[in-house]
Amino acid sequence: MLVVSVCIWLNPLFAASTDSMQIKGSDTMVNLVQSWAEEYMNINHDDFIAVTGGGSGTGIASLISGTCDIAMSSREIKTKEIDMAKQRGIEPHEMKVALDGLAVVVNPKNPVDKLTINQLADIFTGRIKNWKELNGPDQKIVILSREVNSGTHVYFKEHVLRNNDTASKKEFAPSALLLSSSQAIADEIASNPAAIGYYGMGYISKAQKAIAVAKDARSAYITPTIDNVIDGKYPISRPLFFYTKGLPQGIVKSFIDFILSSKGQEIVIDTDFVPIKR
Amino acid sequence: MRKFKESIIEKLIIVCGLASIFFVILILLFLLKEGLSVFKTAGFVDFILGRKWYPISEPAQLGILPLIIGSLLVTFGAVVISVPIGVACAVFIAEVAPSRIKELLKATVELLSAIPSVVLGFVGMVTLVPWIKNIFHLPTGLTAFSGSIMLAFMAMPTIVSIAEDALYSVPKTYKEGALALGATHWQAIYRVMLPAASSGILAAVMLGIGRVIGETMAVMMITGNAAVIPTSLFQPVRTLTATIAAEMGETVVGSEHYFALFAIGIVLFIISFLINVTADLFLHKKR
Repeated sequence: MLVVSVCIWLNPLFAASTDSMQIKGSDTMVNLVQSWAEEYMNINHDDFIAVTGGGSGTGIASLISGTCDIAMSSREIKTKEIDMAKQRGIEPHEMKVALDGLAVVVNPKNPVDKLTINQLADIFTGRIKNWKELNGPDQKIVILSREVNSGTHVYFKEHVLRNNDTASKKEFAPSALLLSSSQAIADEIASNPAAIGYYGMGYISKAQKAIAVAKDARSAYITPTIDNVIDGKYPISRPLFFYTKGLPQGIVKSFIDFILSSKGQEIVIDTDFVPIKR
Repeated sequence: MRKFKESIIEKLIIVCGLASIFFVILILLFLLKEGLSVFKTAGFVDFILGRKWYPISEPAQLGILPLIIGSLLVTFGAVVISVPIGVACAVFIAEVAPSRIKELLKATVELLSAIPSVVLGFVGMVTLVPWIKNIFHLPTGLTAFSGSIMLAFMAMPTIVSIAEDALYSVPKTYKEGALALGATHWQAIYRVMLPAASSGILAAVMLGIGRVIGETMAVMMITGNAAVIPTSLFQPVRTLTATIAAEMGETVVGSEHYFALFAIGIVLFIISFLINVTADLFLHKKR
């Protein structure tokens, strides 16, 4: 609420000067877009770009209400949201700016190192409750998830739990711990051999082990690496989007040209995301 | 002139008092305006007694019973921990401690209330949570119990300072009378002072509970946030406050989920209103 009001208050300030813009949205993308913005401002000294988080939904909402120039989103815009935008005379324009592989992680002490999408769905919906059902130790599985309205949470539910089936009604087990950030999940995984969680590839460190994932029992098990995500082999990866009002113009356009350039895509790798192309 | 000044100040105070009542009413009206619409779609009973909280699914399942029980359980745990320690601390400060230690203790307790809850939450997350996991051999340390311990820290300053005031306001003659009748110091405290101050101490406890049930940041960080109906203190829970805080950021304004969060606000408002009224009743009984 406060952030929104500050944003509304600041908006006229930014609108007054032509070389500044406001980018808002996905918390997953904040660091990446911030790096882009810093590099861009190093090259173009007169321009000013403000990047704030708040979540994909917040970003799209403020694009619709006209309080930001670019909404960053880790999920596709919903039809409902497009309708709302059109009512206000805004035509959202979608661009893929990077990819993100979603890693499923466990503690390195856990012997389980490969799973199928179906097994993952069974774990996260609570059908498989003990690691021994997956040839692991006799230990209750602790499910870690992001908050219900994080784009990552929604993506994981739709593409893993429901396996892209829109009619499916599967939900995360009520016993899943909802943690407020990817870092919180990383910390809990690092100290808890019974836990399993998921987050963007960038958060993997030596304290966590990424699980190799297969589409089904007959497919190959693929580890989340940059190459596997670009090639489309790794089954749980997603595009990261920018939404603008209509076709990008002025500073918005020159910023987007910059991030799609090879220099911009290098920054993607530096911030542990996956470039659109190599 | 002096009278004139006085009357102006008096009126200012009345205006301030009325304004605060006015604001509370406005807040309540706003909550009702935003939150009541959810009862049309979800139904009041289904909302309060529903066991499933999946606010962004289609169709959304909006049942907050796990959240209410989660809040009450964490609060209950915090009260069980903080009340005996808090009251004992107040007795020690008011009756036993030599004056130097008394001042030091008072300052420390007040300092405790100045620590931002997010800091306590963070400290809890990195120290308390792993301990609890190891000591009790739990699958995870993010439990209602961890939340209770951290909240007990937050309720303590309120309980100590108000209970201590209550003990001070017991007329000295009571204690002197007890001692004159041959009671030991401990007997005088236990049999005379505490019962005489009981309504003030109860009010202290109620205000402590009020502080605890509204706390958000620390509970969000260390209770694990799982919307299940807990069967013990050693399970993850999700509280009403943490739900609002965690989900407010990304709800689409005007959606059913958004209104449901306001409806949770109404429930919280009612709970803290009841607690405050109860505390007030006890405080007034004393006078």
